[in-house]
Amino acid sequence: MTSAGAPERSGTTRGGGTLYRGDLGMWSWVAHRITGVLTFFFLFTHVLDTALVRVSPNAYDAVIETYKNPIVNLFEVGLVGAVLYHALNGIRVMLVDFWEKGAKYQRPMLWVVLGVWIAVMIPGAYFMLVRTISELVGGH
Amino acid sequence: MSLALDKPRSPRRPAARRGNGELYSWLFMRLSGLLLVILVLGHLFIMNILDGGIHRINFGFVAGRWASPFWQFWDLAMLWLAQIHGGNGVRTIINDYARKDATRFWLKMLLYVSMVLIIALGTFVIFTFDPNISN
Repeated sequence: MTSAGAPERSGTTRGGGTLYRGDLGMWSWVAHRITGVLTFFFLFTHVLDTALVRVSPNAYDAVIETYKNPIVNLFEVGLVGAVLYHALNGIRVMLVDFWEKGAKYQRPMLWVVLGVWIAVMIPGAYFMLVRTISELVGGH
Repeated sequence: MSLALDKPRSPRRPAARRGNGELYSWLFMRLSGLLLVILVLGHLFIMNILDGGIHRINFGFVAGRWASPFWQFWDLAMLWLAQIHGGNGVRTIINDYARKDATRFWLKMLLYVSMVLIIALGTFVIFTFDPNISN
């Protein structure tokens, strides 16, 4: 990461100080940036909509009603997925930085991140979507 | 003792001295990130997944939660940490991708103004929330 010279990287495949460039580690970093920016933009909106509790209960309830729309419901799953990835990969970044073996295990740790993400998102998406789907299908 | 050797590859004039700001920024991202893992994932679990998730949220639900100083403090800490953590992340991204100095400057000004606005508004709302406000 710190070495500026390209020549010493040539020929190395893995572990030669090329943690971030052109490999899985780079894509985990790209995804970290994208999920972070998306979450930050949502946070801006979210503080504004919550601030409506200071205006009137009706104003707040009217805006929260839009979050219960089926399409917005899908964005909700996307938001939770983005934040969860950012949190799990953030823990991985901290382990790479502070754990003596972190850099060595960065790749298996990414698989753990993705495994935990899937294990949490399957039931999580179910609980977030079950009501919307049952209303769309059952129509009650 | 120190040897006064020339650094052969260094430019004639040393780069402008900078403080340890970027070090503290780097450290802050990790410390705040650790706290935010608990604060934000807890918030998402309670608000979006538990007990019907978003479908049960309305003014009365918010009033019930903010009746407790614990959740008031939780939300206040989350607001400040998330806003500074996220703002610092976006600042890094602007520094990386803005090509012109003027673009970089104005994007960061826009960012800082929005951060101050959101932190101030959120803090004001948490501290002055009135459960008996009229419709």
